Amino acid sequence: MTLPVLGWQGLVILVVFGATLLIATYSTYAERVIAAFLQDRVGPDRAGPYGLAQPLADAVKMFTKEEFFPGGASRALFVFGPCLAMTTALMSSAVIPFGNSLKFGDTVIHLQGIEINVGMLYVFGMVSLGVYGIMIGGWASNNKFSLLGAIRAASQNISYELAMGLALIAVLMMSGSLSLRDITLQQSVPGEWQFWNIVKQPIGFIIFLVCAFAETNRTPFDLPECETELVGGYHTEYSSMKLGLYLFSEYINIFVASAVMSVLYFGGFNFPFQYELRDWLVSSRGLSADLAQNIIVLVGVGGMFAKIFAFIFFFMWVRWTLPRFRYDQLMRLGWTILIPLAIFNILLTGGLITAGIIPAVRQWWLG
Amino acid sequence: MQSLTNRAKLLEKKPMTLAERAYLPAIFQGLTITMRHFLRAMRKQQLTIRYPEETRPFSPVFRGLHVLKRDEAGRERCTACGLCAVACPAEAITMVAGERLKGEANLYREEKYAVSYEINMLRCIFCGLCEEACPKAAIYLQADKMAPPRYERDEFIYGKDRLVEPTDPAKRSKRGIQLTDEQATKLSGQLQPA
Repeated sequence: MTLPVLGWQGLVILVVFGATLLIATYSTYAERVIAAFLQDRVGPDRAGPYGLAQPLADAVKMFTKEEFFPGGASRALFVFGPCLAMTTALMSSAVIPFGNSLKFGDTVIHLQGIEINVGMLYVFGMVSLGVYGIMIGGWASNNKFSLLGAIRAASQNISYELAMGLALIAVLMMSGSLSLRDITLQQSVPGEWQFWNIVKQPIGFIIFLVCAFAETNRTPFDLPECETELVGGYHTEYSSMKLGLYLFSEYINIFVASAVMSVLYFGGFNFPFQYELRDWLVSSRGLSADLAQNIIVLVGVGGMFAKIFAFIFFFMWVRWTLPRFRYDQLMRLGWTILIPLAIFNILLTGGLITAGIIPAVRQWWLG
Repeated sequence: MQSLTNRAKLLEKKPMTLAERAYLPAIFQGLTITMRHFLRAMRKQQLTIRYPEETRPFSPVFRGLHVLKRDEAGRERCTACGLCAVACPAEAITMVAGERLKGEANLYREEKYAVSYEINMLRCIFCGLCEEACPKAAIYLQADKMAPPRYERDEFIYGKDRLVEPTDPAKRSKRGIQLTDEQATKLSGQLQPA
């Protein structure tokens, strides 16, 4: 790999980092506006046009608030908790392919932080580490409500990671690769009909979606910060920007979860008729093959982000529609329904693959 | 056992159907309801009144901040008879009467006038009895102004500087007791039902 390529790749990483932060920032604004609209209210509209400067105002508020350390708290861990939550949340977006490769002559730039062949495992690892941030913060606060919230977060994440992993296995059985890029590319092959994984894995997608809600601690599974029972949950004792980091990491997690779901089940950066569009650009518009490909890639990036935004909207839409689960209901749903369902899905997928039914159905469908 | 009344309702606790247990149809139903509200808000159909920029219209008979009126020639109508102070159930009005001097006939309508006239807005209950008691049509409760909040108690004692209406008719309260013809007709129609 030559240095310029490395430089370009570094730039891509920076852009991904910046985009993640920007989207998380404006998720806070979007959450408030969507919440307001779903409840027939107006929402923030004072700071700047349409209230668009609201995240800045929030940040200023967070930074200028008093930094409070509760008595008896472990100071080092108290600071370390939110830092860990934020760091792991940011790191998990590194392997997500936001677009196919741009090609300028000999230089090929992957629109992805890093391409590793265990991308999905990496995301899972980072998400699992994220719960340590919550655990440590809750433990270091020296407050029983914080501790209860942290324990809930830990047990909830462990329970739902199982079902999530099992739902994922069904996808991996079909793709044969853990690389998110490979999984994306397999969902659209030039010259033949290929469906997104949602068509092949509807049960798996629903399980994954439900687990994603639980993993990101979003309503209806936001028991770690259940304010009716636990004051503020694991961040009861947190104030100023340390609280801000916790809230922010939640939005980054939503962004990552949305991106992962887009990649795994909704074709990632692929969009319908992309190869037809490319061939049309070359044949009718007289563009060079490389340029046409680059245009397709950029449109694909737009498509990827459209899918991500749709998922983020869905997260918020659900939050302001459904009430919170009770804790025993949460555990029952995870262990007695989702996990058996996921195992059934694995068996079903395995059976269909072994029997060669999926190619047969495709043949029949295409005539 | 026989029930005391026949109002008791028999509640049947049916086991949940598969669709109900699956929970997803109910979620979908809820999501459509909230989406309807979302789309309505997107069309800017919220009922919110954005307060400092938008205000709700006052009722035409609203009793707000007092005003001491001037007559057509711009002279103060109040003659300091004290009937308003007597009528006031909250004892919010105090005044000091004085005699009009020579050369002040363009300022005061009658020979006696109020040297000072104070209303304590913290005592006032805005009942409008002063307005009813006044024989000179001097004091009115405006329909478009409220006593605004202030930080200090003594700022609520309104003297003549804040009560007497401006000499310039253009600066006077627009929707005060000076009703338009239309408003007056509407009001009289409300007061005297056919």
